Order: sequence, then C-alpha cells, then structure tokens
Amino acid sequence: MRSLAGVAAFAVATALVPAFVTSGAVLNAVILTLYAVLLGQAWNVLGGYGGQFSFGHAVFFGTGGYVMAVLQIRYGLSAWLAMPAAIGAGAAVGALVGALTFRYGLRGSYFALVTLAFAEVFRILANTFAFTGAGVGLMLPLADTPAQLQFGSRAGYLYLILGFVLAGFAVHLWLGHSRFGARLTAVRDNEASASALGVNVFRVKLGAIMISGALMAAGGVFYIQYLHYLDPAIAYGPAVSVEALLVPIVGGMGTLFGPLLGAVALHALSEGTRNLFGDAPGISLALYGVVLIVMVRYMPRGLIGLFARRGR
Amino acid sequence: MADPTILFAAFLNGLTQGAVYALIALGLTLIYGVLHIINFAHGAALMVALYGVYYLFTGLGIDPFLALPIVMGAMFALGYALQRFVIGRASHGRDENILLVTLGLAIVMENVALYVFRADTRTIETAYAFATVDILGALVAIPKLAALGGALAMAAALFLLITRTDLGRAIRAVAKERQGARLVGIDVDHVFAMSFGIGFACLGAAACFLMPAYYVNPTVGSGFVLIAFTTVVLGGMGSFGGALAGGFVVGIAESFGGLAGIALGAGENMGQLAIFTIFIAVLLFRPQGLFGART
Amino acid sequence: MLVARALSIRFGGVAALQQVSLAVEARRIVGLIGPNGAGKTTLFALLSGFLRPESGSIAFRSRDIAGMPPHAICRLGMTRTFQIVQPFAGQTVRDNIAIGAHLHHRRRTAALHAAEEVATRLGLAADLDQLAANLTIAGRKRLELARALATQPQLLLLDEVLAGLNPQEIADMIPIVRAIRADGVTIVMIEHVMQAVMSLADDVHVLANGRMIASGPPAAIAEDPAVIEAYLGRGTADKLRLAAGLAHG
Repeated sequence: MRSLAGVAAFAVATALVPAFVTSGAVLNAVILTLYAVLLGQAWNVLGGYGGQFSFGHAVFFGTGGYVMAVLQIRYGLSAWLAMPAAIGAGAAVGALVGALTFRYGLRGSYFALVTLAFAEVFRILANTFAFTGAGVGLMLPLADTPAQLQFGSRAGYLYLILGFVLAGFAVHLWLGHSRFGARLTAVRDNEASASALGVNVFRVKLGAIMISGALMAAGGVFYIQYLHYLDPAIAYGPAVSVEALLVPIVGGMGTLFGPLLGAVALHALSEGTRNLFGDAPGISLALYGVVLIVMVRYMPRGLIGLFARRGR
Repeated sequence: MADPTILFAAFLNGLTQGAVYALIALGLTLIYGVLHIINFAHGAALMVALYGVYYLFTGLGIDPFLALPIVMGAMFALGYALQRFVIGRASHGRDENILLVTLGLAIVMENVALYVFRADTRTIETAYAFATVDILGALVAIPKLAALGGALAMAAALFLLITRTDLGRAIRAVAKERQGARLVGIDVDHVFAMSFGIGFACLGAAACFLMPAYYVNPTVGSGFVLIAFTTVVLGGMGSFGGALAGGFVVGIAESFGGLAGIALGAGENMGQLAIFTIFIAVLLFRPQGLFGART
Repeated sequence: MLVARALSIRFGGVAALQQVSLAVEARRIVGLIGPNGAGKTTLFALLSGFLRPESGSIAFRSRDIAGMPPHAICRLGMTRTFQIVQPFAGQTVRDNIAIGAHLHHRRRTAALHAAEEVATRLGLAADLDQLAANLTIAGRKRLELARALATQPQLLLLDEVLAGLNPQEIADMIPIVRAIRADGVTIVMIEHVMQAVMSLADDVHVLANGRMIASGPPAAIAEDPAVIEAYLGRGTADKLRLAAGLAHG
C-alpha cells in the first residue's frame, strides 16, 4: 500500500535524524514541527475527515496538559500512568462537547463558535482554581529520566513526539480504510444522505470528536513534558487552536499527509520570516493570517492539491 | 452583599457596559442578517478603531466624541473594502470558509497591530473621564451614560436606515432573497459591501464611546468577539432590538456574575464565565435567540 | 408491509398533509402521483423518519416507526432516495455505493466488493472510479438508486428517480425497476413521468393539496374524474388509459 510505505519512510527518516544531527537548535526545530503535525492531525480527524470545524481545539490540548501536570505534581503519579489518564481526559472532554453540540444539531459556524466558547470557559476555570495553579500556572519539576517521560537529550523527546505522530498516522490510515472512516466522510459530505443510508450521524460525529480530543490531549501531554510549564493562556488560549486548524488547512484537509505537509510549510514560513524580519513580534503570525486567507481563497484543497490527483 | 445600593450600582454598571456591547453587536447583527456571515474579525476591527481614536486624541488632540464622524467614516471605508475585495472573493459558497477568512483577517489585524504598536496597553485621559453623576445613590461615569445614549441613538438610526431609505430596502431585499434581488437589478456585491461597511461604522462609534473609559492593546479585540457573538445570538441574529436587549442582558449578567464571583471568592472572572455559559446555553437550547426568527 | 394512517403535518400554519393514509403490500410497485406541492416528498420524509408527523401512525413490517430517526428506519429495511440527488460529491461512485453496503458489511473490502456488484447490476461498472460530481444526471440518478439498493432494503422509496432523464434513459431505467421488484423489493415511487408510472405500478395513489384523493389500479385512476380534474387533464387521461390497458392486459 502506497500510503503505508510513505508513512514507514517518514518514520524511518525521522528516527534517523538524531544519528546525523547533533545541533540542539535543529533538533528543536524538528521536534516543534512534529508537534505541529500532531496538533494538525488531531484537528484533521474532526475537521478534515469529519467536516466539523472547531475553533477551540485548545480545550482538549489544555485538558491533556493540565491532567498530566496535576496528576504528577499533586498526586505524585508516574508520568507513564498519568499519560493515558490525560489522553483519556481529552477524549472525555470531546464526549462532553460533542454530546452537547451534536445532540442539538449544531454545525457550521455555530459549532465553531461554541467550541471557542468552551475553550474560553475552561481557560477561565483554570485561571480560577488553585489546583491548576490559577493564573500562575503549573511548573513540572525536572526529573530527567525516561521513567518520568523526561529525557536528558533532545533525541529522547524527538522519539516521544514521533511516537505520538505515528499514532496519529495510524488513526488516519484507519480512517481511510475502515467503515467508521467511510461513514465519517459521508457525514461530512452529505448528512441527510448518510442518514438515509443507515448511518447514525450523531454517533459517528461523537466518535470523531473523541478521537480528535484524545490526539489533541497527547499534544498537551508532550507540551508539558517538553517545556515543563503550563498556564491557562497557553493551555486554552487561541494560539493552540489556530495552529491546530491552520496546519491541515495549509497542507490539505482530510488527507493522510496534509498535516505533515502543512506543518513543514508553516515552519519554513516562520523560519523565513525570522530571517527576513528578525524577531519582531507579530510578523510571523500576521503572515499566518495571510496564508490562511490565501489558502481558503486560492487553494481550498491545501498544498496536497498540488500533488495528488484529488484528496481523499 | 445584598445591599440594595451595591446591587443597583451593579445593575446600572451592567446596563451601561451592556450599551457598549450593544453598539458592537449592532454592527455584527447587521452583517449577519444581510450577508449571513459570522464575522470573526469584528473584535479585531474594534481594536483597530480604538487605536484610531487613541491616535486622533493623542496625536491631533481630537476628543473621541468629536472624532465620531472621522472614525465612523474611516471604519466604513475599511469594512467596505474588506468585504468587496477580500472576503467576498474567498468564500466559494461554504459557510465555514468565510469564518476561516474572517479568522485570518482577525489574525492579520491583531498581529500587524502588535508589530506596529507593540503590546503595551494604552489609555487616554479626557477631561471628563472621571466625571460621575449620582443616580439614586449609585455613581455612574459620564462616558458610560453617553455610551448608553449612543447605543439607543445608533439602534434608532439603523432602524430608520433599514426601513425608510432606498439602501435599506435594497438591504432587506438582499437579506431575504439574494438571487431574486440580483434578478431585479440590485447590485448585490455593492449591498454586501455597504452592509459590511455600516457594520464597521457601528464599531467606530463603539470605539469612540469605549475609549475614554477603557484601554487598548493589540489583543483587546479577541476579548470582545465572544461577548459580541453572545449578544447577537441572545438577541437573535439580524434583530437590532435584539442586539440592544441582548447587550443589556449580557452586560447585567456580567456585572452580577462578577459580583457573585467576588462574594464567593472566585474573582471577577465569573462575570465572563456567566457570559460564555449564556452563549453556549442559547446556542444549544434556543438558537434563534429572544427576538430572532426560527430558521 | 407498510401501513400509514391519518398522517398530518403543518409547516408554519400551512397544512402540508392532512389525514393521509397509505397501505403498501409486499412485492408491489406503488405509484404516488399528484401536482407539484401536493405533499408527496413530505410524505416520503415522514415515512423515512426525516420529519415527525403531528398526528397519525406509521407501521412498517408491523413495527410502529413514527418518530424513529432515518438511520434506524433504514436499518429496519426501508430506504429512500432524494428528489434532488445528493451524492457524496467528492468521492468516487464505488465509495458512494459502499456507504450503503456498509449497512450489512463491516469490513471495507467486503463493502467495496458489494458496491461493485450493485454498480454492475445498474450499469455503472464503467464509472466505478469516477467522482460522483462528474456523472451525468442520468448517472447520478442511477447512483442514487445504487446506493439505496446497496442497503438491501425490503421497501424502497424512490423520489422522482426518472426526473430529468430523456426518453431513452427512461426506457433504460424501467426494466431496472422491474428487476428490483423481481428480486423481492417492494417499491413506492413518486413520479411525474406518467407513462412510466402507469406501466410499472400495480397500485397508484394520488395526492393533491395534502390530501389523498384517489387510490387504485392505474386504469381506474386514469378514469377517476377527481384525478383528471386535479392533475391529469383529459388528453393525458385518454392516453394513459390506453397505455395501462396495454401494460396490464
């Protein structure tokens, strides 16, 4: 299968990077790009394959990050035990948001807005309660041992994020070859038809948002383990939500390699602007906004549209 | 805490704050009513208008209230151009695409502002900024009262525009039946752009009323986006009276929510929480709002 | 197989259907005709679960289905097509039909295989890898039918499956519909192409202004003065009586 071979090639190539590259800066760039891939993959499941555009995907990210942090810091749980709990929490929040919004038939722009509202609600809650550190946030103590999912070298983190991304690829491959995936894209393309053909639209959407939430929570898990710090603005703020949707829109929504392509392209863009304009605040993000407008206007199928005969 | 004076003050505070929300929402509801666009750039556009008021005052010494026609005119032009040359071209018919484009515009505006103005928060100090009036024991700031008057005046003006003028008739036709309007010779693209421009002009007015009592920084807009949407959704998309009513309800809810939060020791954020909870609840249970038509 | 009794529904004060009753026996082809706006598609929407009746009952294979959601009714064995075809536009013909097939096939390969079989039966084999959006109107109508067939229904609701087709395409479709019934599927079809209805249908029901104004065999319907008044017109009625006589001997 061509797609499986492609993913395998990517996996091998990425796994070999630490063998050839020792520069911390370059490794960091690769790690952050992969992290963006993961966020994009998460959004892609619900938005690209499912057709439900969320503007508040940070709600899952922040939940994953905070659960991971709180379980370790306040309850002394091992990172390896906290991880599945955090990812499960992402899926649970997905179920909550999905059960409410899809049950009442929210779609399109209203759905996008409501997800944003949920992210804001969570941000305010995180800002209020002491156990999430309120406005100060949470700091993950350094442990520097793989037993606590922390690594002395960048290479370790690279493999961690690569693992998550490969899980994301596995989900995408599964969507492309399963009954659930077929039903999901059918719901995206025409809900009434899908319903008339026996597809339980609510259940399908709910499944998609839970999977999407889980992957996004994995992003939050990685974030806290790598950067050791989380606060409400980072966890639930618009930056994460925008990055998550921008990546697949640029790369190609509803495709296997779209998130990878989009993350690489956006990273190249931000590196390019940094070289041109220095570290001036706002320039690279402003460019992201321009890219978003340009993509929607001229390349709604994303960069993948340039390569493939058609996206799947 | 249940001291009637405090409650009344919170009520008046909410009412006047709500008037500002209503001003912001009036433009949004017009844009939605006519173009069926959820304008995500509304908050960022408000921020741009606020900077405009700021520089007119600090650079040219023009008082915000006197600057009303300038700011409204400039914002109208901005809105017209954006709709005509950017948003209108990009939609390809899908609802979500327009949402994405307006999101992109919001990101661009916010970050260009960040680059140009830096992140510092700025305020202006007008002579009357702290003048207050005593209403039944509660002190209300003059600028806020002006905002209340402004909101009512704006709503009335919009209502007259829509019902009594040729443009208003064209707008109503396009809002009701796009293709039909095109067939009878109405320049639909122009009407869209005019509506967008008018919506932005309302933002200009809101900025003039808001700036004396508030502040501006590049990210201030995103704080207003959801509040504006809550107001519009609560009042009913496309209804001016609804935007007014919605604004007042949201303002009062925020005020009392904040009061409750302080009483409970949870801080002022509870006010915002109240707003977003209203928003989610309305969309789930009564999406047509208080005054909107059931779609 | 299907018994609908006294169905009524209003849209914002306008009665779309009033006290409409319909009985369909197994393995029959039933025609549903009437002027535009009579409520035929609304009736289909009620039967298939897309709308909820305000009063009345619907029993399908002895089960009360009024108020059940569309996907549940489809799983019970009743599938509908849409008057304005609604394909999954960006997907291939094969993938489109496979959605229907997935109702009974869990594995992707099995569903795709079943989709190919259905496509072949309906003459779509050559188009399997085409995007649904690229098909002609006739192709899209066949696709709509193929998707519904893939769900292996016991009762098929066809909404104007012949609309927009030229006479040759219509002539090609008629034996297909007959073959579907021969396979054991009961069919209720909304149609405006009168010749087709009269030659295919065992029973015909006439809906006008939200009410059922006549029911019976095609020949009788063609002679019914109320039907002629409301819908057919004299000239058409004469032609149809002739055609019905020839088709049913």
